[in-house]
Amino acid sequence: MLTFLRRRILSSALPLLVVILGVFALARLTGNPASLYLPLNATEQMRADFTEKNGLDNPIWVQMAEYFGGVLRLDFGESLRTGESAAAMALRAFPATLQLAGTTMLLAVVLAVIVGSWAALKPNGIADRISSFISMAAASVPDFWLAIMGIWVFAITLGWLPTSGVGGLDAWVLPILTLLLRPFGVLVQIVRGAMVSSLSEPYIKLARSKGASEFRVVTRHALRNAAAPALTVAGDLAVGLVNGAVVVESIFGWPGIGKLMIDSILQRDFAVLQAAVLLTAISIFILNILIDLGYAGLDARVRPTGKPRKASKTGKATAAPAKERKLHVQTTP
Amino acid sequence: MSKPPRNVTQLPTGGRAVAPPGTEAIALPRPDVADKRIRLFHLLLKDRFASVAALILVVVGLTALFGPTLMGDLATRQDLSATNRPPFSFADGWAFILGSDSLGRSMVARLVVATQTTLSVALPAVGISLVIGSLWGVWAGYHRGIRETISMRIADVVMSFPSLLLAVVILYVFSPSAANIVLILAVTRIPIYLRTARAESAELQSRTFVDAARTFGTKPNAIIRRHVIPVVLPTLLTLATLEFCYVMLAESSLSFLGIGIQPPDVSWGLMVAQGRQYLQTAWWLSFFPGLAIVVTTVAANVLAAWLRIATDPAQRWRLTLPRKRMIMRIPAKEIQ
Repeated sequence: MLTFLRRRILSSALPLLVVILGVFALARLTGNPASLYLPLNATEQMRADFTEKNGLDNPIWVQMAEYFGGVLRLDFGESLRTGESAAAMALRAFPATLQLAGTTMLLAVVLAVIVGSWAALKPNGIADRISSFISMAAASVPDFWLAIMGIWVFAITLGWLPTSGVGGLDAWVLPILTLLLRPFGVLVQIVRGAMVSSLSEPYIKLARSKGASEFRVVTRHALRNAAAPALTVAGDLAVGLVNGAVVVESIFGWPGIGKLMIDSILQRDFAVLQAAVLLTAISIFILNILIDLGYAGLDARVRPTGKPRKASKTGKATAAPAKERKLHVQTTP
Repeated sequence: MSKPPRNVTQLPTGGRAVAPPGTEAIALPRPDVADKRIRLFHLLLKDRFASVAALILVVVGLTALFGPTLMGDLATRQDLSATNRPPFSFADGWAFILGSDSLGRSMVARLVVATQTTLSVALPAVGISLVIGSLWGVWAGYHRGIRETISMRIADVVMSFPSLLLAVVILYVFSPSAANIVLILAVTRIPIYLRTARAESAELQSRTFVDAARTFGTKPNAIIRRHVIPVVLPTLLTLATLEFCYVMLAESSLSFLGIGIQPPDVSWGLMVAQGRQYLQTAWWLSFFPGLAIVVTTVAANVLAAWLRIATDPAQRWRLTLPRKRMIMRIPAKEIQ
């Protein structure tokens, strides 16, 4: 298991590093913050002072080295906007995103499992049609439009819910419903498909013939085997949500990491942007490893053999189904 | 060895008779392409949902092509005495049947002009990423080894990159033009095709008919061109239809956030964004452009679902059956 973990960490570390370096370089391409933070009539001297004070006059690799040196000392720099520590700002915004993403994913998974299994049991039944319709909507309706129409109907016309903010529980309804559509629409089809194929397996016949109740057949025998593909896709969807639902967060004024990121991009607040990207990258990294572990826990066939390089051929063969499945799944909307 | 029978796969009958089951479809000489198209068209007409979807897409396409010319300056003509006119009233003529915006411009005309902008971003973006991603993926999957590993790592990096950041940077550094948005969307979607094409081609390159071609000394590029790509193509085209929806939604989101299409140009997403501040008094400013997006993407999705079945020889028979109440859905096979 440890070898598996080590290999997984090593192979994910490279993209992580490239993303952080890329964000660093790209952010600096957007221009000098001096032109945003100093008054229009600032003298050349003031600009130069500002640039020098924030270390922006150094060549980019010197800035990068300083930044990584700071990261090692857990010093992520200060916001140009507020002078606050960038890490504190990112950490303050993160729980809001996590709460939103967590609640949405939990609801999506539970609903998708229930509706998906029901649809698989009765193809062309009512649940099947509802889930097809929602999946189609999930792949076709732009989330910002859905959010705006939700505000128009429920907040402005009916006056049931607040238009934005993070007040009471009612403020959660519209953001969650908007975010829920896509994960649910994708997941329900995955669960349905996996359930249809696992319900036609011989072991289901066996379970039925030995007299297991229909509920037990579905929950214990079929669902357990259908869980693997659903888990992979749920993981991918969760990654998307943790990355910050920028659109939904900015429409509903939700103080999450996505809103922080887009704000700091527009304000050229480099330190905050880097801290936010680093934080989400690390949490996505952890999430991915958890998904892989969960996957291995569910399906003995993809459990790592623990054999290192030498048996790489067989190692690859055992790891292949997981990867292949993952790849295939991503081709569906 | 000196004369590898390159045309063995085209032998009239002998070559085919030996082919193991499952490879006939590929080994067969290609049926007349025109004939194939006609058959596909007949299949399409049989499916009511898919026909309507195709019709909608054709109408949208024609609107994008000829609409702006027909509308003339109607989309930009302002009339400050008649702002935010409500929809569904014939009092001001057909141009204002969907109301007018905050500057008194006709909604119909603006929607038509926006169709052109929206499509002129979505179609090239899909085309570019389809061609580059597919060729790259097929190549990587065929050769496997280091070429495959490096390609997949690149795909991972691109996929994990915050594409929004990329968009803002391009917007700041270069001019915020439609061409740059096309470029961003194309680059960020290449990995999707790359991964799919690689997976399919890696599987194909171990099949018997590819092995046979290799044994006869066919060059890798020729094998890819003649034996791998024809098999992978239907999957990739279906994927491209779905991607069209995604790219359209992505462009709308970018425009909505203010980092996509810039005024005075107008796209559907931008119209939704512009209408947002008048939501309390003029809901139609946001509603209709959003509806246009939904109708187009639903049509593309339905067509993609149909295409997926129609181009799959193992499933095509479903479409020839007398139809019961068939629901468009992703077949279970695709999902696993």
